[in-house]
Amino acid sequence: MQKQLAKMKQSLFDQGYLDEQFIQLEDLQDDANPNFVEEVVTLYYRDSVRLVQNIEQALEKNPLDFSKLEGYMHQFKGSSSSFGAKKVKTECTQFREYCRAGNAEGCKRTFQELKKEYATLKKKLEVYFQLARQAGPVEKACRPK
Amino acid sequence: MNLGMKPSSFTTSSNSWKSTDVVLDQFPVGLRVLVVDDDPTCLRILEKMLRNCLYEVDLISEIGIFCSLVFEILSFVSFTKCNRAEIALRLLRDNRNGYDVVISDVHMPDMDGFKLLEHIGLEMDLPVIMMSADDSKDVVMKGVTHGACDYLIKPVRMEALKNIWQHVVRKKKHEWKEKEYQQSGGSVEEGERQQQKQPSEDVDYSSSANEGNWKNSKKRKDEEDESEDRDDTSSLKKPRVVWSVELHQQFVTAVNQLGIDKAVPKKILELMNVPGLTRENVASHLQKYRLYLRRLSGVSPHQNGFMGPTDAATFGPISSINGFDLQALAASGQLPPQSLATIQAAALGGGRGATTSKSSSPIPPLVVDQRNIFSFENHPRQQNIINGGKQVNLLHGIPTNMDSKQLVNLHQSAAQSFTNNMSQSNNSLLAHMVQPHPRTHILNNEINGTHVSVVHGTAYNNSVSNPSTATVDFSSRSQSTELPVNNSFAHVSSNSGMSNLTSKLQEEVNSGTRGGFVPNYDVFNDLNQNQNRGAHDWGGLQSSVGSSNIQQRLGGVSSSVLVRPNGFSTNQKSGPLNSSSLTTDNSLSRIKTEKLPDMGFQNGLYHEQFGQEDLMSALLKQQEGMGPVENEFGFDGGYHLDNLPV
Repeated sequence: MQKQLAKMKQSLFDQGYLDEQFIQLEDLQDDANPNFVEEVVTLYYRDSVRLVQNIEQALEKNPLDFSKLEGYMHQFKGSSSSFGAKKVKTECTQFREYCRAGNAEGCKRTFQELKKEYATLKKKLEVYFQLARQAGPVEKACRPK
Repeated sequence: MNLGMKPSSFTTSSNSWKSTDVVLDQFPVGLRVLVVDDDPTCLRILEKMLRNCLYEVDLISEIGIFCSLVFEILSFVSFTKCNRAEIALRLLRDNRNGYDVVISDVHMPDMDGFKLLEHIGLEMDLPVIMMSADDSKDVVMKGVTHGACDYLIKPVRMEALKNIWQHVVRKKKHEWKEKEYQQSGGSVEEGERQQQKQPSEDVDYSSSANEGNWKNSKKRKDEEDESEDRDDTSSLKKPRVVWSVELHQQFVTAVNQLGIDKAVPKKILELMNVPGLTRENVASHLQKYRLYLRRLSGVSPHQNGFMGPTDAATFGPISSINGFDLQALAASGQLPPQSLATIQAAALGGGRGATTSKSSSPIPPLVVDQRNIFSFENHPRQQNIINGGKQVNLLHGIPTNMDSKQLVNLHQSAAQSFTNNMSQSNNSLLAHMVQPHPRTHILNNEINGTHVSVVHGTAYNNSVSNPSTATVDFSSRSQSTELPVNNSFAHVSSNSGMSNLTSKLQEEVNSGTRGGFVPNYDVFNDLNQNQNRGAHDWGGLQSSVGSSNIQQRLGGVSSSVLVRPNGFSTNQKSGPLNSSSLTTDNSLSRIKTEKLPDMGFQNGLYHEQFGQEDLMSALLKQQEGMGPVENEFGFDGGYHLDNLPV
């Protein structure tokens, strides 16, 4: 089970879904907080729902308020990067670029991508955490590299 | 953290604060960090990381028995998370010696991180570390110019956090040195003597750099200074003077009288004629004030030249600024035009409380010092604003971009709105704040799930305000005058406009705060004392519930641990009580894992007022030993003034 977990984690890293920050968080886990990372990710997904909604609403306005969008995205990026959501973070960066360029189409497109990545990661992490729970907090999986 | 047992390790002589080996070993365990960030995910992560810092094996191994004992008893990190900057400010103000370092996000919805930074720097002189996902040079530069000790790029790594204690030590060292020099300025001999001693003390100091140490030494300072002559330059221990609104007003008046260029600490001190205030206090405050003004003038062309304290001169620009902001706000639909007019009138009219029809005449004519120096005109402002109806909103949105004077005026009101805002950030939080205390019945009145009415009827209010109480909230507040609020700032409750507050603030923030926020020299503090306390209690409650880890660690410690030392019992009206209570508190509870969770965080905790009340009462019961908790509420003025060494 541990092996399976490690494998899954490795693949998440290899595919670029997660980055080093995730490891940082896992390192923080201890006996008192064995599911810390899961807790953080859950928190993230719960909190970011609001943000995603805000962005969507903002994207429906015409004309787009780029600075506001950029602000939202900055927040989103901060959140996402805090636990290592690499792909999501990349999309955020892209989105901000489009904001700065005033490219509404680009923004909207990127946001769709972002949402996709966001949802995909969520599913994958759900599976991962489930596996982690089953595998038990006995040992941390090795660092995938 | 506060190890109440520390005192014995300190000599009582004014010039020495020897740190014991134990103290040395304990550092940086127990570093009290306040983290301000609007992102709950980041907060959670930071919290964990900070807590983990204390579990570092290498640290523990050095500690030895004493420390491990401490470890058992107290949480290593008095860690407080703030979702809202105002809450942060409130917490900081309420608990002046409560934190060693503040970590704040740059981009927050309700307050610009840089403004918070300025506030903290001016008021509390704590090291502040900024952080952001934004790593562009200009933002980092901005952090530097605003006085941040460090700038962390998100995502924050563990390594970055491990070393934040260096900033605390550095700052303390500088503070001492500064005071040392100031002191020696007064007396050559003593100065020399002290300077000679200083290095060794510095060494001790920095090596100990233990939070408990500081706490104790600070307390010691307070105690000693109270008994010492205020001009006693031989004492290194300087109590942290609380620059309350009135005090600052006196300061500003004195500075204006002398002329900003000619204002020297000694003369200012004489003019102010405040017992217990030392030249050094004034000097450092002056320094900060100057920096602030400089920043204002340098940053914003709109803002009135800070150097030109003529009323006439400032009226124009002030009103323009005022108008600008107000109109912007008004235009946004959030400011009631009426309020806008009120504000402007107040600003222009010298604020004798007469600018709006609604202002009650009995209000003592506080000079709305139109000079761009901060002048706190709480009352008229409040009156005006309150009368305006949605004052809270108004105030809230106004401050930053306005001239300092306006800001000052608004501050007071803003302070209230601030409070409100803070409360607003978290409905449950608000509820919390208001709830718990029997004393804060005022607060309780207004609580509803979504509004926080943190209004304290101050004595002033009752007598003076009359209330056109259009501000229903307001008047209802006045009931609670029993709260001994010296400053008599009415806390405006924003039952109606909580959401407005936040958005206002945002607008204000977004509309390009220039020059930063006018430091609310304790206005907020005073105003928010009650609320702060409430918040504290609340936070304590929450954390007690939410942070089972801490609880466990606390073991036998009662939940009073969760209470901030200052928050409970210590902030009594009496000065001496303060110190001793603090000590007690410290020994118990440096664990302030107050979580002021964001909405997302609440986990259903304390959503309802009921829950809070219950918790609160439970908490309060446990705190018998802590003294009358209620007292802390409504003590604003008393609290502050008492802090001044007499």
